[in-house]
Amino acid sequence: MAGNSVLREVTLTIPMVADMEIAATKTATSMAASMKMGPDKIDEVRMAVVEACINAFEHSGAEDRMVYLTFAILGGQGEPEVLRITVRDSGRGFNPEELEEPSIEKKLTATNKRGWGLKIIEGLMDEVEIHSGHDGTMVIMSKAR
Amino acid sequence: MTESLSLRVDRRGDLAILYTSGYINNQGGEKIAHQAYELMEEGLTTLLLNLEGTKIVNSIGISILIEIIEKTLEIDGKLAFCCLTPTIEKTFHIMGLAQYAGIYPDEQTAIRELAP
Repeated sequence: MAGNSVLREVTLTIPMVADMEIAATKTATSMAASMKMGPDKIDEVRMAVVEACINAFEHSGAEDRMVYLTFAILGGQGEPEVLRITVRDSGRGFNPEELEEPSIEKKLTATNKRGWGLKIIEGLMDEVEIHSGHDGTMVIMSKAR
Repeated sequence: MTESLSLRVDRRGDLAILYTSGYINNQGGEKIAHQAYELMEEGLTTLLLNLEGTKIVNSIGISILIEIIEKTLEIDGKLAFCCLTPTIEKTFHIMGLAQYAGIYPDEQTAIRELAP
């Protein structure tokens, strides 16, 4: 995947406002459809985009209250192969290694039942990278056609 | 911008079927929970969520569904789901919901399996 070149790229900036994640899914859907990704895979990409955006909305604490997305179609010899989506915020960041993996057994009795976003993204996408520091968080997630 | 969740309830004896239409986010999840708790107060302990009209959910909405599962377990009741999109079903499996809530392909199968 690393050797693939960028065939098409779209950037989108959304404010951290309720339901704006749906606007991001529309771009994801268009890009995925343009590379002839199957409908079930497109649906999985949409769900992962929703989760990455609401994670930024809920947890980043970014002063600019914006989320920056890049949708890139990667391929070799002009043939689209992979959709790579980058979701970035300029918030406080976090240490992914300090996050406890959620489990249904614990969440059923816990007061806080949330915290599933990354687990869902990792379950739905082929590859997920998280880069986070004091200047923000970037989630890079990819799915092959 | 998004369609807010609408909800319809069909009471069938001891079973209540909740039909959703639209996005299950935090507001949608709260709407379902409010309705589910009213039904439980009426004595209905078996609830079936028919998600045929829901094409997208988020984890905040699903967290509220987990609260409903917790409440049904407390009263020896059941919460089940049917007519999920493949992605919503996959997401429920990723989260482990299937261990505590039945997931059925269609309403008929769900009703048959949930019958006492």
